[in-house]
Amino acid sequence: MAKEEHDIIVCRCEDVTLGEIRKAIREGATTLDEVKRITRAGMGPCQGRTCRLLVAGEIARYLGKPVSEILQSRYRPPVKPVKMGDLSVISEEGENSGCKCREEVTGQ
Amino acid sequence: MKTTELAIVGAGPAGVCAALEAASYGVKVTLIDRDDEIGGQLVKQTHKFFGWHEKSAGTRGIVISRNLAGSVEENASICFMGSTEALGYYKDDGVLLLETPQGIEKLKSGRLLIATGACEKMILFPGNDLPGVYGAGAVQTLMNVHGVKPGDSVLMIGSGNIGLIVSYQLVQAGVKLAALVEALPGIGGYAVHASKIRRLGIPIFTGYSIKEAYGTDCVEGAIIWQLDDNWQGIAGTEKDLNVDVVCLATGLTPLCEFLWQAGAGMAYVPALGGFVPLYDENMKTTVDGIYVAGDVAGIEEASTAMAEGRLAGLAIANSLGKVSAGEFLEKRRVSLEELEQLRAGPTGKAIVEGLAGLRGQMGKRVSV
Repeated sequence: MAKEEHDIIVCRCEDVTLGEIRKAIREGATTLDEVKRITRAGMGPCQGRTCRLLVAGEIARYLGKPVSEILQSRYRPPVKPVKMGDLSVISEEGENSGCKCREEVTGQ
Repeated sequence: MKTTELAIVGAGPAGVCAALEAASYGVKVTLIDRDDEIGGQLVKQTHKFFGWHEKSAGTRGIVISRNLAGSVEENASICFMGSTEALGYYKDDGVLLLETPQGIEKLKSGRLLIATGACEKMILFPGNDLPGVYGAGAVQTLMNVHGVKPGDSVLMIGSGNIGLIVSYQLVQAGVKLAALVEALPGIGGYAVHASKIRRLGIPIFTGYSIKEAYGTDCVEGAIIWQLDDNWQGIAGTEKDLNVDVVCLATGLTPLCEFLWQAGAGMAYVPALGGFVPLYDENMKTTVDGIYVAGDVAGIEEASTAMAEGRLAGLAIANSLGKVSAGEFLEKRRVSLEELEQLRAGPTGKAIVEGLAGLRGQMGKRVSV
């Protein structure tokens, strides 16, 4: 697999290969966040939706642990890339969407 | 800040059924979806459902979705925010951040239902990023929503219901199915779908997987090979297929980002598709006021998602004091029985076991 693992893409957003993921794990990365910071896997537009389980599987296999024991990455908002300019004009009143049917509300 | 009694993220079968049920008790609902249309994945399901539920059996997914959309539009208690993507949930303030077509805004709700569904699982093989490698959901969207053929000759990976149905629909669209491969020793999906595939004469290879896809700028062919008992390919068993599409129907995994952000208890249950939220018989997570329904709570059928949605909508209305105790208990009993029926049979067995495991872990939380 050694040569082929460089033709296998794990993170499509950031073009990270299986070879790069395995190298990071061999060099000591044992959590999804560590692999992410070293390789950028999971930092693209889909924020790891596609590669997260694949990376967790690779770490689990290397460490001989079940996937359930591999530390998951933090899921900070926003879950997809957003323009800084858009974030700077967050509407407090909801006037952006012009939707009026949410005014009368009680809740908890 | 805008507020609502119940915010629902996801207007697929689970979210819409929950919205209709809660609204029937007078709950004010804000239903959010990134698509401009109501129905989620149902809008691309042109095949007939044959579920146990009398309301959906024998009906095409696309018709169910149109009916649900009509009911939402007629309902004055439900506000549908289409083309709106939830960006995050901030647990300290209980605020959802939404990206609407007009800009970003905040929404605070008394109750929150996460019905975000699932995303497709990818698999690893050389050439897996070549143009021409698709998820089965993308192929269905291209064909059934946009009327576009994905290619001329397809290698289908995975024989679960999605793999079988999409194979059948590809043939209906005049696309050649070069082969359907399944890593397990037997077909995964329902016999009724599998027999259609057999009748069409599509070559089925069980115990096989893809070795590689090749091509310069896009898929020009793919090689499959037989797997040994340790899931390793056996040299000498390779078959070279002349295909321009490799379609991956290799499973789904729940989209749980907002539940992780909310600090909900999670568990890893392979039978349910990966990490799933812990939830009780009211579809409530370990976080007060936050509920789940549909594939986000474990990968199952659309019929199950609709039943879970109705149960969550009922439980939410009850938690807001809008249902009498007797009616709530009786309707919940009927709902739980319906779910049990939907999960009866060999396919449901692994799911029932997975759910039992989930209940067993209610005390042991995994969170980050």
